[in-house]
Amino acid sequence: MPKLNLAVYWTAACGGCDVSILDIDEKILQVGELANIVLWPLAADGKYEDVEKMEDGAIDVCLFNGAIRLSEQEEMARLLRRKSKILIAYGSCACFGGIPGLANFFTKEEIVDRVYKDTPSTDNAEGMVPLATVQVPEGELSLPEFYNDVFTLPQVVEVDYYIPGCPPPVDLIVRAIDAIATNKLPPKGTVIAGQKALCHECGRVKEDKKVKEFKRPHEVEVDPEKCLLEQGIICCGPATRGGCGGRCTGVNMPCRGCFGPAAEVLDEGAKMVGAIASIIDSADPEEIKKINKMIVDPAGTFYRFGLPNSMLRRKRKEGKVS
Amino acid sequence: MNTEFEPKIVGILCNWCSYTGADLAGISRIKYSANVRIVRVMCSGRVDPTFILKAFQEGADGVLVSGCHPGDCHYVDGNIKAMRRAPLITELLKQMGIEEERYKLVWVSASEGDKFARIVEEMVATLKKLGPFKPQGGVKKYA
Ligand code: SF4
Ligand code: SF4
Ligand code: SF4
Repeated sequence: MPKLNLAVYWTAACGGCDVSILDIDEKILQVGELANIVLWPLAADGKYEDVEKMEDGAIDVCLFNGAIRLSEQEEMARLLRRKSKILIAYGSCACFGGIPGLANFFTKEEIVDRVYKDTPSTDNAEGMVPLATVQVPEGELSLPEFYNDVFTLPQVVEVDYYIPGCPPPVDLIVRAIDAIATNKLPPKGTVIAGQKALCHECGRVKEDKKVKEFKRPHEVEVDPEKCLLEQGIICCGPATRGGCGGRCTGVNMPCRGCFGPAAEVLDEGAKMVGAIASIIDSADPEEIKKINKMIVDPAGTFYRFGLPNSMLRRKRKEGKVS
Repeated sequence: MNTEFEPKIVGILCNWCSYTGADLAGISRIKYSANVRIVRVMCSGRVDPTFILKAFQEGADGVLVSGCHPGDCHYVDGNIKAMRRAPLITELLKQMGIEEERYKLVWVSASEGDKFARIVEEMVATLKKLGPFKPQGGVKKYA
């Protein structure tokens, strides 16, 4: 079998996804045997011009991690889409917006002001902010445009497969590599993970659906056997796609939702509201309000990894409330 | 031409009390604004929070959910389930920049046609003051 041309690229990302590919240990040798790495800014080389010079479809597989916020990222997404036979959205940022997607709770202006003017450690008396273009004696300098919103990769280009996770776990990467190596790829559009919600694969005992108090994990002594949600700890398992094997719930930490919404879930926030309401042990409106108030930052918690992919996609700009 | 803003309200009403109540308003010729588009469900407990987000995503200016009074639910406690969801829905909407007045959960019995009409009128007035709701999320930049 001829070697595959592999590209790995990052946009609005933290670098963790790139590192997760290196985490596959000796399997990386299989990747080396299987593939020529034609572009991987973090670990190998490859210049953009070299990619531009390639024939369309010359890259067999591109693992693309990161969300899209800058015009340069959009250009690279379009370029790599054109050059790649298989484009894989790799990691929560590319699939759903991920942590960078939380910026959709703010406007572009709020972000620029915060970063360049308002942080306590900022000393910027002239109030300088980056501009898309600036004139200098030598001519015009330009920076990529900073968009108003964060987008997911599939909102920008067509994606063939999704590997979720922040970052994706080793066994899913290995599963994808094996599928590519043996040419047994699933139907286009498949999310390479579980289909049902994480609760289905969680070994914790679920029985006592009565909660009068919600607490954050550091405020309780966690029972290692019992469902975390039923202990009053907000666990996003009911709304989140399984397939991670309970990486967090297995070590007494609630699921934060990095695998994105389960196959049948349209909006993880709406699903979590339903799941939480179903365990509240009260029929008294005032008490119900009090119990709900204990949930700190519900939108940020439920959409932690997927605000740009959620039904409302971002905080409304002209909304009169905070 | 006078083009006053006419808010669109999606009214999700339970079959047993509120829908009958709205129907009674109609039969009794009690006038209420034509701004509400009614969706009949069997129980307010059936109103998945996804429906509410969906209504806003599709451009509703307000969402009114109505069920039987607590204690009167045809399915015993479906409306209590709706009640348990309401505060968190409001909070979530607020965080998404959607004013809390745009979503309302109320109790209307089969005999309260006049009450239903009043609730609709009040909500229309509030929404007129708030102005139209433009969904920013549903529309993707890249079609
Ligand atoms: S998905 Fe997680 S690990 Fe991957 S780039 Fe985004 S934040 Fe980093
Ligand atoms: S809510 Fe969390 S702890 Fe409970 S069953 Fe689901 S995944 Fe497990
Ligand atoms: S338990 Fe949840 S947050 Fe943790 S890895 Fe699995 S899907 Fe991600």
